[in-house]
Amino acid sequence: MNVIAPAPSASRAPAACAHCGAPLPALLSAPRPAPLPEGAGRFCCAGCEGAHALVSGLGLDAFYRRREMAAGALRPADAAAEVPSDTDFAALATPGQGGTHRLELMVGGLTCGACVWLVEQALAADPEVLRARASLSARRLTIDWRGGAEKAKALAALVARLGFRPAPWSPACLRATEDAEGRELVRALGIAAFGMMNVMLVSVAVWAGGDMGAATRHLMHWLAALIGLPVVLVAGLPFYRSAWQSLRAGRPNMDLAVSLGILASTVMSLSETLRNGPYTWFDGATALLALLLAGRVLDRAARRRARQAVAELLALQDGTVQRLEAGGITTHCPAAAIQAGERILLASGERLRLDGVLEAEEALLDTAATTGESLPRRFRRGDALAAGMVNLGNPFALRVTAAAADGSLAAMARLLERAEQARGRFVSIADKAARFYVPVAHAVALGTFLGWWQGVGVSWQEALVPAVAALIITCPCGLAIAVPAVQVAASGALFRRGVLVASATGLERLASAGHVVFDKTGTLTEGRPVLLEEPGRPASALREAAAIARASRHPLSRALVAACPEAPAAPPAVEEVPGHGLRVATPQGEIRLGSAPFIGLAQEDEGLTLWFARPGLSPVPFRFADRLREDAAPAIAALAELGLEAELVSGDAPPAVEAAAHAAGIGPWQARATPEEKAERIAALSVAGRRPLMVGDGINDAAALALAHASATPQGATDLAQTAADFVLRGEGLSVLPYAIRVARRAQRLARQNIAMSLIYNIVAVPCAVFGYATPLIAALVMASSSIIVILNALRAGKVKS
Amino acid sequence: MSALLLLVPMALFLGLLALLLFLWTLRSRQYDDLDGAAARILFDDSRPTHRRGPP
Repeated sequence: MNVIAPAPSASRAPAACAHCGAPLPALLSAPRPAPLPEGAGRFCCAGCEGAHALVSGLGLDAFYRRREMAAGALRPADAAAEVPSDTDFAALATPGQGGTHRLELMVGGLTCGACVWLVEQALAADPEVLRARASLSARRLTIDWRGGAEKAKALAALVARLGFRPAPWSPACLRATEDAEGRELVRALGIAAFGMMNVMLVSVAVWAGGDMGAATRHLMHWLAALIGLPVVLVAGLPFYRSAWQSLRAGRPNMDLAVSLGILASTVMSLSETLRNGPYTWFDGATALLALLLAGRVLDRAARRRARQAVAELLALQDGTVQRLEAGGITTHCPAAAIQAGERILLASGERLRLDGVLEAEEALLDTAATTGESLPRRFRRGDALAAGMVNLGNPFALRVTAAAADGSLAAMARLLERAEQARGRFVSIADKAARFYVPVAHAVALGTFLGWWQGVGVSWQEALVPAVAALIITCPCGLAIAVPAVQVAASGALFRRGVLVASATGLERLASAGHVVFDKTGTLTEGRPVLLEEPGRPASALREAAAIARASRHPLSRALVAACPEAPAAPPAVEEVPGHGLRVATPQGEIRLGSAPFIGLAQEDEGLTLWFARPGLSPVPFRFADRLREDAAPAIAALAELGLEAELVSGDAPPAVEAAAHAAGIGPWQARATPEEKAERIAALSVAGRRPLMVGDGINDAAALALAHASATPQGATDLAQTAADFVLRGEGLSVLPYAIRVARRAQRLARQNIAMSLIYNIVAVPCAVFGYATPLIAALVMASSSIIVILNALRAGKVKS
Repeated sequence: MSALLLLVPMALFLGLLALLLFLWTLRSRQYDDLDGAAARILFDDSRPTHRRGPP
């Protein structure tokens, strides 16, 4: 029964999967060896088909009309495995009141409002679920249900079947989203905005009412003081705290200047109120606070978004290990709980999280993350295994040699910390400007005060007025907003293109990078095996082999299925022979898919090869290789246009590195580089003043990433590399790197313009204040107009053509 | 001038009310998921999510 697939024609536009939206391969035009299963023409894989059936069954079809997401983002990870990873979700459920339970999940792939709707409605369709609430910003899903904890697994599996990736809500996620400091800033902003508006109400009356009597004016000033004083004291706390810290550290910062300006103007206004002077400056003080807090809240919101996204990536990688207990049973527990000397089981395709010694006879592991080798390596009994390797073969047991806190990963993390400290000494452009600017502003204010008091001979209260006016006008309002506004606009534009800016000074450092060093495996290449095209291979063999491969979780089987996603479901009788391959008995004879010896060939496997044998057909080889990313060569050409010279430093063997360098268009290359050599190369470039940008993904790149002037890592990198890098490139991969550099350079240019602009403002306005012509009205106009111009200019940072 | 005695306290009272409302929204975490709130308003169907326990 083949209802949906229309007659194939070459001119047909490429169809999209009805569930995940990924383009369907145009293989339908090939002659079909066997009738396709129902619906095969609409879906890219069985997982999507299942998800679509689930969504339709719940009556939630509206989702497909509403969503806005990248094609392919919603493909269920593994149709065979209903329960995501090996996480024990039941243990994560917390009991509530009256026999209810609650589960908190981090949900990957939640990208639009329709996703939130789909997840909430799909869960709510379960009569036992009391409440399901997904947060789009935090990707956090909270489910409450009536009944036992064991239901947690089924609920998580439901989310996974829809195509989302549930992971336990870890403390790291909580740290990234629970932003107490950010909430305090928002609160302070609200209070300051309230104060600003209400003081302005009174102040405008004073400015406009030229015929106002002295007594009324005095009342107005007292009113302004009544509102302004508590507001300044409460809403200014974030600044006072930071200023006090900088004072104790002996490094005056911008917050010190801000605090001084605000407090001085408040004191002066209070003194003017007491002696009933013509003007008070409470409006200036509160407006200054509100504007500065607005800049800070924006800055923090952008950073928080990136932090949450990084936490999400890490949570999806964070798994448990299987501890082998006496008697052969396994229990799931966090990697941190494993002591040296315990035995753990490493499943197929799983990443090793601890250092250990192999206890099985033989194992095949992908060492790309630890050494950069693209070909998997065979290990014998007693060989040492380092954390970060991925098991390409069968599950095997190993004895852990170091607990997580003492292992090689922890040692690398300590190395990173030291490198980060070195990077902390980088002085951002805003700090540079403040260091020059703040002493000058204070000197001018002090000079004004002394000049009026001693020179002109007015009372010290009267001398205070022009001095504080100078302080308010020079108060780095435009300056304090100048750089954060640019950062917000630029990192927002990058976020929309899938680049996460993890470091506060990352954009500035990226803008000045002059050299780029690439890692090969996983960075320039895809980092996973991909089926190589072979002209003589019959298409029917690929389909049949992929169908059988669906039964296995072996990485090569998965690569085969990925190359032929329209393959039918696996026949029920497939049997997996660990370490050798898959076989299925049919009336015509046995069909086998596996290594060369497994199907009876004498030759030894070279590299990554699967053989397919079926009665009546000579054995067909499927060769796999780690392929160069499609966008690698164009990205490197674009980087060269921007003036960045590229080089390749890899831990892989020379022929593979040379081939990759040649294909990507990179001149200099270095093979068999150890992590230390990579870091040394970066250090040498830094010493030579080349300001290297490091792009890498492995554990072996982490030190180089942390040491480099700026660093980026592709999505799917090891968590260590992600924490070490300034930028995480999600989605589009390397092709966004040139775009990111253009945005960073433009942001840097705009930040300089903004600083220059606020300086020009000051040069005009300060003499006015020094000679006593500035009234609060003029100060308010100057402050507002310079801030608006600076913000408008900053908005241009996001407008870079890709 | 006597109008001021009425108008100024009224204006201040309204402003203070708005401030208190803002602090309440902040405390009830209405700013935690701004992206979600923007999308949620467009869900037109009645939400069967809020089924409480047995009556």
